[in-house]
Amino acid sequence: MLSRPTASDAVAPRAVAAPAAPADDAERWLAPLRAGGPAHERAVADLHALLLRAARFTVRRASGGGGRLREHREDLAQQSADDALVAVLAKLDSFRGESRFTTWAYKFAVLEASVALRRHAWQRREIPLEHDGWLALSDDGASPGEQAQRRELLGALRDAIEADLTSHQRRVLVAVTLDGVPIDVLAERLGTTRGALYKTLHDARRRLRAALAARGFAPGAADDQESPR
Amino acid sequence: MSERLDDRVRRLLGPAGPEVTCEQCFDQLDRYVELELRTGPADAEAAVPGMAAHLDGCPACAEERATLRALVTSRPES
Repeated sequence: MLSRPTASDAVAPRAVAAPAAPADDAERWLAPLRAGGPAHERAVADLHALLLRAARFTVRRASGGGGRLREHREDLAQQSADDALVAVLAKLDSFRGESRFTTWAYKFAVLEASVALRRHAWQRREIPLEHDGWLALSDDGASPGEQAQRRELLGALRDAIEADLTSHQRRVLVAVTLDGVPIDVLAERLGTTRGALYKTLHDARRRLRAALAARGFAPGAADDQESPR
Repeated sequence: MSERLDDRVRRLLGPAGPEVTCEQCFDQLDRYVELELRTGPADAEAAVPGMAAHLDGCPACAEERATLRALVTSRPES
């Protein structure tokens, strides 16, 4: 089902001989954005328009033709573009030219709009942080010949989730992987960050794999890989 | 194993290999997506080891990658 990982220390981004990004627009954007006066103001307005296009695209892609988001779509896109503009201007010096400037800028608007969409979708929904969702893991649709093996795996999974994880790891794991709660929504509810919560999730998964391996199952990576930091 | 159960177990256990963090994923996302589109996923993964595993294990980052990829390949007026 899952394969054993390879070397666990090679996670740092590498500089490879990738084809050069099209020498597009970097200087066309960067020079006026870093300058003062009317040129700067025009460049900021153009950048906002670019980010608004990305935010509208993100909102439209997520919401389709309507739904209950329809009346909020433009407000959400505008707010996301505004927030992305602030982020891009604050991080201009971190642009390394490894992609087109427009792609680099787009990702800030995509992030802002995606987070806003997920929060909007969950704003009135309760997150069941303490429920026993893992106990509902069931053996649906198994043929008689497979049932015994599956029962063993499910039993081992349930035992491992209950016995080998902390309560915090358990509720994060169940909420994100079984209940489908977006990780940034959960982070907001718990007063933490997306990165910190993903580390918790990663550590929980690592413990789960190790516990399954100790019980004689081979999920593929009862390993010593480091947690993302 | 039934597909449904298999999916749930995969989601629970996540990717097996080393992976980047959410912050590293965002930092590299523009470069990764352009490499994917220009030269393919193998080159993108070679440039950012652990990115594919993270995208497999983090639904939020995967969603943002899919959106950025769709956006940069969309027509300007869309």
